[in-house]
Amino acid sequence: MQRSLIRQFYRDMLLARQFEEAAAEQYRQGRIAGFLHLYPGEEAVAVGTLRAADPGDYVVSTYREHVHAMVRGIPPEAVMAELFGRAGGCSRGYGGSMHLFSPEHRFLGGYAIVGETFPVATGVGYWLRMTDSADAVLCYFGDGAVNQGTFHESLNMASLWKLPILFVCENNHYQIGTEIHRHSALAEVHRRACAYGMLGRRVDGMDVLAVYEASREALAQVRSGAGPFLLECETYRYRGHSMADPASYRSAIEVEELRARDPLASLWRKAEAAGWMTADERRAIEAEVTAAVDGAVAFAEQSPPPTELQAGVYARPLDLYRGAP
Amino acid sequence: MAEMMFWEAVRRAHDEEMERDPLVICMGEDIGVVGGTYKATTGLYDKYGPERVIDTPICENSYTGLGIGASFLGVRPIIEIMSVNFSWLALDQIANTAAKVRYMSGGQLTAPCVVRSPGGTAHQLGAQHSGRMEKVFMGIAGLRVVTPSNPRQAYGLIKSAVRCDDPVFINEHEIMYNMKGEVPDEEYFHPLEGSEVAREGRDVSLFGYNVSVHWCLQAAEILAREHGIEAEVVDLYALSPLDRAGIRRSVARTHHALIAEEAEPAVGVGAEVMAILDEECFYELDAPPVRVSAATVPIPYNHTLEKAAIPNAGDIVAAVRKMLGR
Ligand SMILES: Cc1ncc(C[n+]2csc(CCOP(=O)(O)OP(=O)(O)O)c2C)c(N)n1
Ligand SMILES: [Mg+2]
Repeated sequence: MQRSLIRQFYRDMLLARQFEEAAAEQYRQGRIAGFLHLYPGEEAVAVGTLRAADPGDYVVSTYREHVHAMVRGIPPEAVMAELFGRAGGCSRGYGGSMHLFSPEHRFLGGYAIVGETFPVATGVGYWLRMTDSADAVLCYFGDGAVNQGTFHESLNMASLWKLPILFVCENNHYQIGTEIHRHSALAEVHRRACAYGMLGRRVDGMDVLAVYEASREALAQVRSGAGPFLLECETYRYRGHSMADPASYRSAIEVEELRARDPLASLWRKAEAAGWMTADERRAIEAEVTAAVDGAVAFAEQSPPPTELQAGVYARPLDLYRGAP
Repeated sequence: MAEMMFWEAVRRAHDEEMERDPLVICMGEDIGVVGGTYKATTGLYDKYGPERVIDTPICENSYTGLGIGASFLGVRPIIEIMSVNFSWLALDQIANTAAKVRYMSGGQLTAPCVVRSPGGTAHQLGAQHSGRMEKVFMGIAGLRVVTPSNPRQAYGLIKSAVRCDDPVFINEHEIMYNMKGEVPDEEYFHPLEGSEVAREGRDVSLFGYNVSVHWCLQAAEILAREHGIEAEVVDLYALSPLDRAGIRRSVARTHHALIAEEAEPAVGVGAEVMAILDEECFYELDAPPVRVSAATVPIPYNHTLEKAAIPNAGDIVAAVRKMLGR
């Protein structure tokens, strides 16, 4: 594998980790409110899949989407400013943490209703097929989302019409406090693909290189016209479901065991052993990432708030109560 | 009378009804092992076991429908939907099955289920977690809709809803779970129909429900203290059916009416109360009645804009002063 790509992975994952820790700190200080769902532990999934994607590919994600947005190229400043609810945010302060949008980056949103990403991504896939596009769409969701009717309904349509969609399951084994064996009759999510005559496989979601390779192969399939693909990435979240969740339903030992497989630490071990990255290079990346995160917070702090309440509800101004023409 | 928090009152109602009747079960996402997002079912899993306290997968329409189907045969499910915003997904089973089955079966089947769910705008939860859906449910024939404004009502309404042979939707509020209030020590059943006068007054009737009752009470304090206006506050805890007689009685005393709601004005509780005022109180009114509602927008995340979208006690005070010219 190319050295530059390895460094890219490391940088992306470190930015993801530090950005999310900074967001947690800002939440504690009261600058971010609402529900804040963080990504530490799961970095290899967003980084491995999205670095395998082409710039033209579309992304539809959930409420746990800050990292997907940044890997897609939305600047950390614009993501942090959105978390602060400021006009400089990528949704101009109207969306918040769970609703990041940037069509310019082909990032079609963060959605907070579980199971909502499936039909939306299927619609994007349909458009791509209608226009004979070579692009694909990546659809993200958790292990808890696969029991929603939309999962089954959408996979069926996507497979029936051979739509270019990579369905990426971020299986962190929990639906808030409900462990996967308590919410799913079949805990191997990838095996559900066969019900719709489509391909699926499972990959170690703590290993960015494995996720990247699996995603490349899956995307090649998807682009070949073979239809959608279900990629299950087995991963883990270190923090609670959101900042409101103390995660009392799982043991400290469980978390420690998973931390031993930390995606950042294991990539560094491999990279150092193989001579892909030096300690100096790593320190340079660390310094750059720290500056980027500090810059994001500083930008968010000085970004002004949005001021218009009514503008933007409809495509053109329309006052329902005064009877517009 | 003991003081307890709203969530404790909800929990007590569950516990008493489950203790009494083995066919009462409860179900929802994270209500068992975790004890519920708002702690409202804490300890029930340990006490009654996984068969009666069900942690469901995320599939609102199907688990709600499961509860409804079981209710045909005598089970009394208390179904929790974590947030009303997800009840859009369960609307099919609630509206098409639970609400209609008694009538369309010629009275042979009935769906005695309870669906509870918190709605409202809390603190910057964003557009998809700030819905106010009472207007959707109250428009469904065959479904009862109630909405508690304090722990006593929450406790008593759940108890009555479990015993009721109709499906009942209980609209709670995310910001109220830690509110304290007095709840009778003895068993108490709150009526599923009617309204309550929360404060007496002679100059104007302020109609509210759920969180807006509290805005009306605050406004009434300010109006009395600063403007010498005595407002009556009427708590419309039953949204379907609405208490026409109670509305009429209050307006007959005050001859002025205002309705405060947390939702957008269109097709809502306020619109319905306005229609009742028109149909039943037209000649009692000394001034056109007023609606204080939210802005017609999806709720913005930004804190200042979010606050601007939702009415408050100050808006009610201003509207009353304008109505009375004082
Ligand atoms: C339709 C719907 N039901 C319930 C919720 C509340 N909720 C938000 S996230 C979540 C758990 C989702 O688990 P999973 O799909 O595994 O994603 P994870 O958060 O673990 O990444 C639940 C129940 C919701 N947002 N939408
Ligand atoms: Mg999960």
